[in-house]
Amino acid sequence: MIEKRDDRDIMMVVMKSNPFVVQVKDIPVLDYPSFMDKINLLMADEGCHIVTYHAVPLGAALRFFCCIASDSDHLLILLSHEQQASPLPVLDSLTVSHPSFHMFEREIREQYGVEFTGHPWMKPVRLHNLDAGCRMQDAGIIHPASRIPYPFYSIEGEGIHEVGVGPIHAGIIEPGYFRFSCNGEKVLHLEIQLGFQHRGIESIFLEKHSGIQRAVLAESISGDTAVGHSIAHAQLLETLAGITPAKVVQSERIIALELERIAVHIGDTAALCTDIAYQFGQVVNEALRTIIINTTQSWCGNRFGKGLVRTGGSHYPLSGGFIKILLSNLKEVEERYGQITHEMFTNPSVLSRFEGIGKVSARQAGMIGAVGMAARSSGVNRDIRWSHPFQAFTDSVYEPVTLHQGDVWARAMLRKQEVEKSILLIRDLLTGKDFERDLAQPLYEFKLQPASFALSLAEGWRGEIMHSAVTDQNGNIIHYKVKDPSFHNWMALALAVRNQEISDFPLCNKSFNLSYCGNDL
Amino acid sequence: MALSIFKIFHQHGRQYVKDLRKSFIPEGFRGRPVISSDITPAEEKSAEIVCPTGAITSGPFSLDLGKCEFCMECSFATSGKIRFTNDHRLATNSRESLIIKTGEDKPITIDKALVKKEIHSYFGHALKLRQVSAGGDNSAEMELNAAGNVNFDMGRYGIEFVASPRHSDGIVVTGPISGNMAKALQICYDAIPSPKIVVLAGTAAISGGIFENSPVTNRSFLETVKPDLYVPGNPPHPLTFINGILDLTGRK
Repeated sequence: MIEKRDDRDIMMVVMKSNPFVVQVKDIPVLDYPSFMDKINLLMADEGCHIVTYHAVPLGAALRFFCCIASDSDHLLILLSHEQQASPLPVLDSLTVSHPSFHMFEREIREQYGVEFTGHPWMKPVRLHNLDAGCRMQDAGIIHPASRIPYPFYSIEGEGIHEVGVGPIHAGIIEPGYFRFSCNGEKVLHLEIQLGFQHRGIESIFLEKHSGIQRAVLAESISGDTAVGHSIAHAQLLETLAGITPAKVVQSERIIALELERIAVHIGDTAALCTDIAYQFGQVVNEALRTIIINTTQSWCGNRFGKGLVRTGGSHYPLSGGFIKILLSNLKEVEERYGQITHEMFTNPSVLSRFEGIGKVSARQAGMIGAVGMAARSSGVNRDIRWSHPFQAFTDSVYEPVTLHQGDVWARAMLRKQEVEKSILLIRDLLTGKDFERDLAQPLYEFKLQPASFALSLAEGWRGEIMHSAVTDQNGNIIHYKVKDPSFHNWMALALAVRNQEISDFPLCNKSFNLSYCGNDL
Repeated sequence: MALSIFKIFHQHGRQYVKDLRKSFIPEGFRGRPVISSDITPAEEKSAEIVCPTGAITSGPFSLDLGKCEFCMECSFATSGKIRFTNDHRLATNSRESLIIKTGEDKPITIDKALVKKEIHSYFGHALKLRQVSAGGDNSAEMELNAAGNVNFDMGRYGIEFVASPRHSDGIVVTGPISGNMAKALQICYDAIPSPKIVVLAGTAAISGGIFENSPVTNRSFLETVKPDLYVPGNPPHPLTFINGILDLTGRK
């Protein structure tokens, strides 16, 4: 699996498959300057982006793993360095040259107290509110050294004022804190502080040893992406256990994933209409979303697909009867969604609220390491279904939808086009397969490959989901890491609202529809 | 253009569920479970083992819907001796009513004796609620949103979610109550004028669910506040929520 290509190879692990597993002893440990050199070399290529950079305590040392995805070469590149955990390491910040590292360095600093010299914006990721009930330090999730008072970024000048919103917002929406620095109605800067939803997901993965508990936990990382996170989790454990699920199970997972994408994209189309007071688009799209989630419910009993994805197999094989319902509902939604979106995108009053609002340029999206929809609507082609195919995507080549405008219109239009594409994809997946013949029950008892590092990627409706684990000598999971696409993309929202009217914030926010709980874990 | 709008309207038709009180969800939905009387001790044991949240306990054998994640694994492990019916009416004001015992097959209802006197008179005609997600995974939140959408249209009963706690008559909590939200939740609750009701929506809110023993949740809010309604589910279905609220407020 490890390709020895050129002089870079002894320095890093290069994998062609997603997910992948590699023994920890086979991962070269670089000194920090060489690690930085390699990162600089790789990140100079526009076709590369950061997947994860996190630390794992191994004995008295802190082992750092950084995975870079080369999208154009379809490779995953793993680099590593190691530092003594005590005294606290002081490292040169990579964020200075590669802004897309900013969240990852902040997270490492918060969890392990590592200093990153020169980091331009060292602030908490999930830690705050220490006197108000935050229990992260007692739980050992944050390092005491990361208890730094953080003043929000402020801009001074005549007529400059600040608007603080949150953590509780006006509506049924998850909590997060937004602070705007404005000049009149114009937003100069938006700072987003999250962490309110932190439930300790990664540490609970280590405490829960049964496969069912872990499956339920994976579904709860972000309930709107239950299928996406479940697939990333299931294929991670399967690769560690050396299990390959049956082809039909792989197809079923992707059908579920695309149903989730269709439902959320249509729901978001409705929500975008709500935010511009276009009630016609809102109600019609709401009703169409209901058809899709009810279809998922008639498949597995849950409107969000919880319980559908399990390691090794599935409790809910596609039946002939259900396939008929699925195809007929898809046909109806395809037709009606086509009509309402045509109406929307030819309506001048809709277009005037979508076009040119909340623009993120391709350069900005690339720089901050945007993934998924947020990247593709700004002309950056990042789609794991194409670049690092998983499950049934390995059987055919998926062509991603990309738009270059980067505004609210592009993010709305991308949804429309992806819905159409996902419907075609599901029809393709249903063709020529006998789902009922090849039943495979879930497996929960299996031995994981010892002393290994595994990483798995899936393209949820928001974008790239990463799950990664490290096992000990006995095959027990000693470290579990989750990255929701929102972890990259919140910065895109902050950039989108610059120089916009503050009244356009709700529309911009909805156009990204990022996850709070997925970010906060 | 006008023609196509008419076509869309025509196909859209009437979307609202006509009678929310009599409406049912098709078979396959994971609703109120029934434990068969012929469940064997071995099956009881395996159900207890597979349950991810300890909702199933023995002596006497029972399933606690306040802890249940509705994953159905106990049903698969007992060849259907634990069966999830499509009865979506799961909401109650009595925590004990959420505990299902072997052989029981009766609707889950509101215990009228426990309903605060002012609830019927103050909130029987209109009820405004403030929702707070405190570590929720956004699925319960989406279902609460759906309760007011074009299909379920809870607003027909004068029941709505509002933006400000100052305008609301109660709070609907989702999520296991993360430590980082504990203070905000308390502030929001305090800002609601009395009398007020408290609803816990979803398994995570009722018991913590899979996050029950998470060291970073902080459920001290519930030590001083007594919930008026528990709405089980992962997430709770809009019909479960709406019918629960209607029952609690004494509506027909």
